[in-house]
Amino acid sequence: MDMQNTSLLYRRRKMVNSIGLTLSMAAMVLGLVVLLWILSVLFANGLAALDWNMFTQSTPAPGTEGGGLANAIYGSLLIVGFTILIATPIGVFAGVYLAEYGDQSKTAELTRFVTDIMLSAPSIVLGLFVYAIFVAQVGHFSGWAGTIALSLIAIPVMVRTTENMLRLVPPTLREAAFGLGAPRWKVATFITLRAAKSGVITGLLLAIARISGETAPLLFTALNNQFFSSDMSKPIANLPVVIYQFAMSPYDNWVRLAWGGALLITMTVLVLNILARVFFREKVAG
Amino acid sequence: MTATTPELKNAIEVRNLNFYYGKFQGLKNINLDIAEHKVTAFIGPSGCGKSTLLRTLNRMYSLYPGQRAEGEINFYGTNVLDPKQDLNLLRARIGMVFQKPTPFPMSIYDNIAFGVKLYENLSKSDMDDRVEWALTKSALWNEAKDKLNQSGLSLSGGQQQRLCIARSVAVKPKVLLLDEPTSALDPISTGKVEELVHELKKDYTIAIVTHNMQQAARCSDFTAYMYLGNLVEYGTTEQIFFKPQRSETEDYITGRFG
Repeated sequence: MDMQNTSLLYRRRKMVNSIGLTLSMAAMVLGLVVLLWILSVLFANGLAALDWNMFTQSTPAPGTEGGGLANAIYGSLLIVGFTILIATPIGVFAGVYLAEYGDQSKTAELTRFVTDIMLSAPSIVLGLFVYAIFVAQVGHFSGWAGTIALSLIAIPVMVRTTENMLRLVPPTLREAAFGLGAPRWKVATFITLRAAKSGVITGLLLAIARISGETAPLLFTALNNQFFSSDMSKPIANLPVVIYQFAMSPYDNWVRLAWGGALLITMTVLVLNILARVFFREKVAG
Repeated sequence: MTATTPELKNAIEVRNLNFYYGKFQGLKNINLDIAEHKVTAFIGPSGCGKSTLLRTLNRMYSLYPGQRAEGEINFYGTNVLDPKQDLNLLRARIGMVFQKPTPFPMSIYDNIAFGVKLYENLSKSDMDDRVEWALTKSALWNEAKDKLNQSGLSLSGGQQQRLCIARSVAVKPKVLLLDEPTSALDPISTGKVEELVHELKKDYTIAIVTHNMQQAARCSDFTAYMYLGNLVEYGTTEQIFFKPQRSETEDYITGRFG
């Protein structure tokens, strides 16, 4: 009787197990299929657009043949580059404050709360905000406005990753440095930040990946520019907005360029993610 | 109870020390003297407060809000617990080595130079001399002299721990606090660290927390047995191990308890 009961229980458990396994496998396959589908469509359409002209010529005027994305690529690099220059110091210093100084203080709690809201805020809201306080005041769209909007997205990412990476540093390492009589700022900069270096770089790469595809905030701020321009105080071309405008246009060469730009952004994000993984693995390996 | 050692000069005198982790009292009215140029060992079961006591001596606990100490810790005439005490200066004079080796993420040379640079402005050649001196003191010079520019993390666990001792020694403190310095090490590395403790007491006062009673017997001059935040018995190591006055101490020493 006892044996029978156990065996019944055992068979039931095996059955539940195989059902669970099947369901989770199915979910995994579904997710993977959709992802591969997206990538295959992207590659099929994007590769056709990929040629040298894409990198050398600027976006074509309506009704003209050929053209490329040179102005948009350059504009995107400028906007993202300046964003990183602004967001990295602010993000890293704020992260250091949260992990090394504020800890459980009221200011730190408030900062974390606000940062978390910023992290989950829809990017269109941030774009609208910059439009209202900057673009509308100045009277025209500009590359700087785009940089500000993207910084608002990148800063919270940097703050939180920096803080989290610093928290992974064992407290004994911190105590060892304090134990030698080191003041707090030296402990933070020479010991813990250095120990968390690869983690912070990982965070930086992920922040770049995050902002390089953002479209909504740029629509309200940098807008677009048909010509090659490096003037950040004027509207400036950038990949996401060009993709947005070209993809829904009636011109075949525009649609083709939109696919090319989409492939370019995806590949950039992919490379950044791989780099981030490599950096983080180095950290874990010591 | 107060254990006094009148014939010796005291480096540290603990008086009526109470310690709190928030509402929990971790140390209860501790009184003891730590004699200069001697090794004082703290033994007792986990959670008895021996590490806590060590961490009050250099105010390490002050890093954590909610932890506080009451009473007096006299260190060559200054009260360590004085709220006006300069903590960085205090910790430069009372060094600490931890249970797990904690090399900084930098070269072996820089690991040692880091602490020295905080309080002294040495020329390159003086710094070289200091690094060699500290590594020699810690019996690591022969193993490390050809790779001073390599990362401190490239050393073995035992070598890392000696590097940490060298790092503390390099700033020339008065007192060295060793918090279970060998519990993460193999027997051979443990032996080396114990020899080192013996060497170092000529120049430094040493307080060591250990779970290993043989270690306390081997390398200390005085031993304090602690239990549940109380100092149960304190005296010369010989007295504690061979003629303990209290039955609790004897039970712990002989392994009947703990």
